[in-house]
Amino acid sequence: MYTISNRLKTFSIILIVLGVLGVAYGFMTSHKSLEEVKTMLADDGHGESHEASTETHVVAGGENHADNTDEATADVDQTAHDDKHAAHVQEQLAKRPWSAMYVAAFFFMMIALGVLAFYAINVAAQSGWSPLLNRVMEGISAYLLPGAIIVVAIAVGSHYIGHHNEIFIWMNPEVVADDKLIQNKSSYLNIPWFLIRAAIFIAGWVAYRHFARKFSIAQDTAEPGDKSNFKKAFRIAAGFLVFFIYTESIMSWDWIMSVDPHWFSTLFGWYVLAGMLVSGVTVIAMVTIFLKSLGHLPLVNDSHIHDLAKYMFGFSVLWTYLWFSQFMLIWYANIPEEVTYFVTRIEDYNLPFFGMLVLNFLFPLLILMNSDYKRIPWFVMMCGVLILVGHYVDIFVMIMPATVGDQWFIGIPEIGSILLFGGLFLLVVFSSLAKAPLTVKNNPFLKESEHFHY
Amino acid sequence: MEESSKVIHAIYTDDDVLMAAVKKVRAERYHIEEIYTPFPVHGLDKAMGLAPTRLAITAFIYGVIGLAVATVMMNYIMIEDWPQNIGGKPSFSYIESMPAFVPIMFELTVFFAAHLMVITFYLRSKLWPFKEAENPDVRTTDDHFLMEISAGHNIDEQFDILRNTGAVEVTLIDKAH
Repeated sequence: MYTISNRLKTFSIILIVLGVLGVAYGFMTSHKSLEEVKTMLADDGHGESHEASTETHVVAGGENHADNTDEATADVDQTAHDDKHAAHVQEQLAKRPWSAMYVAAFFFMMIALGVLAFYAINVAAQSGWSPLLNRVMEGISAYLLPGAIIVVAIAVGSHYIGHHNEIFIWMNPEVVADDKLIQNKSSYLNIPWFLIRAAIFIAGWVAYRHFARKFSIAQDTAEPGDKSNFKKAFRIAAGFLVFFIYTESIMSWDWIMSVDPHWFSTLFGWYVLAGMLVSGVTVIAMVTIFLKSLGHLPLVNDSHIHDLAKYMFGFSVLWTYLWFSQFMLIWYANIPEEVTYFVTRIEDYNLPFFGMLVLNFLFPLLILMNSDYKRIPWFVMMCGVLILVGHYVDIFVMIMPATVGDQWFIGIPEIGSILLFGGLFLLVVFSSLAKAPLTVKNNPFLKESEHFHY
Repeated sequence: MEESSKVIHAIYTDDDVLMAAVKKVRAERYHIEEIYTPFPVHGLDKAMGLAPTRLAITAFIYGVIGLAVATVMMNYIMIEDWPQNIGGKPSFSYIESMPAFVPIMFELTVFFAAHLMVITFYLRSKLWPFKEAENPDVRTTDDHFLMEISAGHNIDEQFDILRNTGAVEVTLIDKAH
């Protein structure tokens, strides 16, 4: 029986406190008056680039209206334009702490969901190697309920709390009023329906998690030869996987893709799924290595680590394949309504956008290709850290361009949010791990898993 | 040198018995020349103490070569030699139009890695069409396992050991013929 150590508890509470401070700092500094934003823009040298664009504006005006060369009109135009620009930047700044929280909250929720899906796959496939890790996977997926509720709360909270700082612009009635495209989608993209869908997803996932855990623990105390709980767990896993693949896809449209309500991509759900699975498996590997180093998983051998590392490697490549398929199709066809998505990302987020490819593809590919390295715990840990950072950046690059645009930075609000939800994640996961023995009993595949050798 | 051309063939009918025999024979410090089995016996290479294969390392190197070939080829053709404007694709530098080259870079990497590795395997294990089969006993392709040990000075003792390991047939073969 594992008990959460006081050091780990204190550590995660410190993370949460630091995170709350960081998030509070983010909110305190994000609400600037229009005047402050104007001075900021002038100081940043944004004014210069703006003058340049105003010049071309005047030239264009001169061509269109040959008699209109009045300097005064151009000045008025410029002031109006500057005001509009400053108001836009003001909104982006106000959205930053919300988006920072949202990215971090989604990132940790996604890990728990990815672990739950991976767990269901292993149960449904009756894999012989994984039963020793079942409790680790069940423990990590305990974060799903609080995590998913937090994600939805932040999404909707950004609309109801504060003014003009929605993460999802389709929640802002003023934006929708001027926007034919969003109006046409408003039968899908409206807050009540968004909440109903979210409730269905969360209820379904959490119900599966609840019953899977229940049957798994019931199997521990079952009479020898009684496999009824194992069979029930198998059936609901198969059912959940069907439910999951639909809801995961819809969830990715709702919770991520609709930050850009003018843009759409068909393989987006798969792409999010691949990122989810790779971060989930990575966290399983890291928690397993951590618990094993404390001596709590004596039966887990280096072949189990090797298998997890293989999954990390394989899913990293799958993620890259889907990232590239989405990017290359849109880049190649270059249809204006689709390509703006990548134009803003390449122009304003060049380093994170391409940097995450190095973290999520190149490093795992080169580090985890060698079979011997996949058995070395610190190697897997190191690669795991790179993969998790990479997938945080992946979510960051999905959300931020639509909310804060070029005003992004990974500073106190972002790091504070990571600490806040990271601390919460550790606390929930390790408390849940402490609630049941870390090794399952009476699982028909347990013997095979104990002797698993690759 | 006459003695070293003599070998002992021990035939087994079960792979578990064979594994135990290999361990016994190695513990007795006799040199196993070769083992013939009808199918892969899991763990036999470890029991015999064979060095791990380096085929995967060669495959990685071949893959890198394939990637280099694809890159150099397309950079020369599409960027340096005749940088045409084809449908508005930027052909000013390799990196600008790289997404369009990635499918070919990927395929050539796999192509080189796979084929050259297979050819390496054939060369290292000396396999080719019309090669004369080196099968000492036809039954080893069906349901028998054969261990070949170089005969030492004390052939009787070797025979005893092999019979004790469960060999169904032990024969002395003179390879000089």
